[in-house]
Amino acid sequence: MATAVKQRSDVILDYIRPRKKFPSVWCAGCGNGIVMSALIRAIEKAGYSKDGIAMLSGIGCSSRMPIYFDVSALHTTHGRALGFATGVKFARPELKVIVITGDGDALAIGGNHFIHACRRNIDITAILLNNYIYGMTGGQGSPTTPSEAFSTTTPYGNVEKHFEPCDLAAAAGATFVGRTTVYHAPQMEKLLGDAMAHRGFSLVEVVSNCHTYFGRLNRQGDAVSMINHFKEQSVPVAKSRKMSPEELEGKIVTGKLHEVDKTEFCDEYQRVVDAVQGRN
Amino acid sequence: MPDKKRVLMQGNHACVAGAIYAGMRFYAGYPITPSTEVAEGCARRLPEIGGRFIQMEDEIGSIAAVIGASVAGLKSMTATSGPGYSLMVENIGYAYMTETPCVIINVQRGGPSTGLPTKVSQSDTMQARWGTHGDYTAIAVAPSSVAETVTETIRAFNLSERFRTPVTLLLDEVIGHMREIITLPEPGECEVVERVKPTCPPEQFIPFEMTESLVNPMPAYGEGYRNVITGLTHDTMGFTTNKPVEIAPKLDKLRNKIMRHVDEITRLRTEFIDDAEILFISYGSVARAAFQAAKIAREAGAKVGAIQLQSIWPFPDKELMELCARCRKVIVGELNMGQVAIEVERVLPRDTEVHTLLRYDGEILTPMQLLEKLDEVL
Ligand SMILES: Cc1ncc(C[n+]2csc(CCOP(=O)(O)OP(=O)(O)O)c2C)c(N)n1
Ligand code: SF4
Repeated sequence: MATAVKQRSDVILDYIRPRKKFPSVWCAGCGNGIVMSALIRAIEKAGYSKDGIAMLSGIGCSSRMPIYFDVSALHTTHGRALGFATGVKFARPELKVIVITGDGDALAIGGNHFIHACRRNIDITAILLNNYIYGMTGGQGSPTTPSEAFSTTTPYGNVEKHFEPCDLAAAAGATFVGRTTVYHAPQMEKLLGDAMAHRGFSLVEVVSNCHTYFGRLNRQGDAVSMINHFKEQSVPVAKSRKMSPEELEGKIVTGKLHEVDKTEFCDEYQRVVDAVQGRN
Repeated sequence: MPDKKRVLMQGNHACVAGAIYAGMRFYAGYPITPSTEVAEGCARRLPEIGGRFIQMEDEIGSIAAVIGASVAGLKSMTATSGPGYSLMVENIGYAYMTETPCVIINVQRGGPSTGLPTKVSQSDTMQARWGTHGDYTAIAVAPSSVAETVTETIRAFNLSERFRTPVTLLLDEVIGHMREIITLPEPGECEVVERVKPTCPPEQFIPFEMTESLVNPMPAYGEGYRNVITGLTHDTMGFTTNKPVEIAPKLDKLRNKIMRHVDEITRLRTEFIDDAEILFISYGSVARAAFQAAKIAREAGAKVGAIQLQSIWPFPDKELMELCARCRKVIVGELNMGQVAIEVERVLPRDTEVHTLLRYDGEILTPMQLLEKLDEVL
């Protein structure tokens, strides 16, 4: 047991930027760290070289992740990471391009880039850390804040409807969509691995705890109790198919939700280049 | 050896020709009048040479993709007009902060807002300098003919690579849509600056080191350097910082790497200025009328000359001061409410009279109008 733990931490250390000063900006117990370690293990397992990875993000607590990763990292502007990532991937299709984004980053300010990256089916893996709130700016409402939930900008309860990121992505054309939570670390690792192996646009939504703001404002307790709550709310996708909409109310359906095979954007463009050049 | 290729070309297509000559291989953009022909030209030409074109969902995404492609190692650009440039400015600031080369073409139309899509204007001159928030130094060049559009586009890329900074190419609708017969430069005829890449081992690489030149080598993603790039204020390693002793030097670097080389960036075209007592100062399409007006005035015996600003930012303070040292009066002509005139007034001595001829009704300035102004101030 002790050796297994040691090996795990060695893997983690191998992927952490050697000269970056710790501690991280994240609150103790924040779900972001769980996602980071699952991502490291998935990358390690898949055997992608660190030099072959470009990791991008927007702005938010979750978006700080690439700064700590020992890969080419582009910490961009709020909501725009998928635009930048489209440029990186299209310019250098051989790179494995991963985008880390938050619910505000991806779905509010970045919503337009999000749906169009899905539509193009460009080979990028987007990991959306959904904590139902704006963490970095101190707990304001986001497009995934549930109706009636509290945030600093919905002090009387949220009157708006919320987005389901996975439904949105699938409808917009993403060819791999999955959901998990920070409770389900092994499932997350597998899902991230499958998403990265998939050719085309893949989205993995990870339901994560911002106990500092969402938890506190909605009386959901500390990190541990929030994560336990995710466990209780979760239903594997296979089981969910046998459940009625009423039974699924308030549940988090986890696993691979959608996968289809469609031509990928960079491949298609290359086909055009080859044809045009052949003609000349 | 056949004669050099002479072609009839519009300014917007000259941007494409110049950019490809300079090595541009990535274009991302969103259609907007009067710049759209740049995108259309790139869509057609880039696949032919193995480059990449993408029409993005908006201008914010366009400049984001351009910066991403540049970080991945390709010379990249976008073209737009006022409303699109306004959408781009946040990410242009990201390119300043992260020292990422790229070229943004703004084919100007009237504003503010949707303004005058099909009419000429030069009212984004100040925006090219101050568009994004924060302290930084901008480079902008402004051609006044189709031939100059080719060479200034090449130069925009060269300056962008040389100083690792975004460069704005300011066209106006007249230059963008005007057709002229030009001779395209042969390979090797114009200088092309290539990006300097690091040669040290990755573990010794300091991405934003304070070197003598202040311009650092830039690796492409995938080449083993694995550096971090952030729009947050950062130290020499590229890591975010809040330390006063690191913040000010970073901002000084952004300014000084350019301001120490104003001479190299500045380009002015002059005509009849040696004994001139009155000088026209203009740029873009207005410069064409100003040279014509100066010629007519000379033929009538008046000591009149003309200066065209081919580069506007950084403003050529020293050169203008020298060139205008012996003249008594200048007339600044531009298609806005006096954006360059303010700079000219700032630069010239108090006893030099600065007159303006400003038009912002969507129409051009003609040589006759400039001559009338001349009569008025004589
Ligand atoms: C253009 C712009 N608008 C607003 C902000 C301020 N801002 C920073 S992070 C953020 C929200 C982040 O929320 P989310 O994406 O959900 O990420 P989290 O912090 O919860 O991980 C906002 C509004 C900004 N940086 N840039
Ligand atoms: S504020 Fe919330 S999202 Fe941000 S680090 Fe703290 S717990 Fe995590």
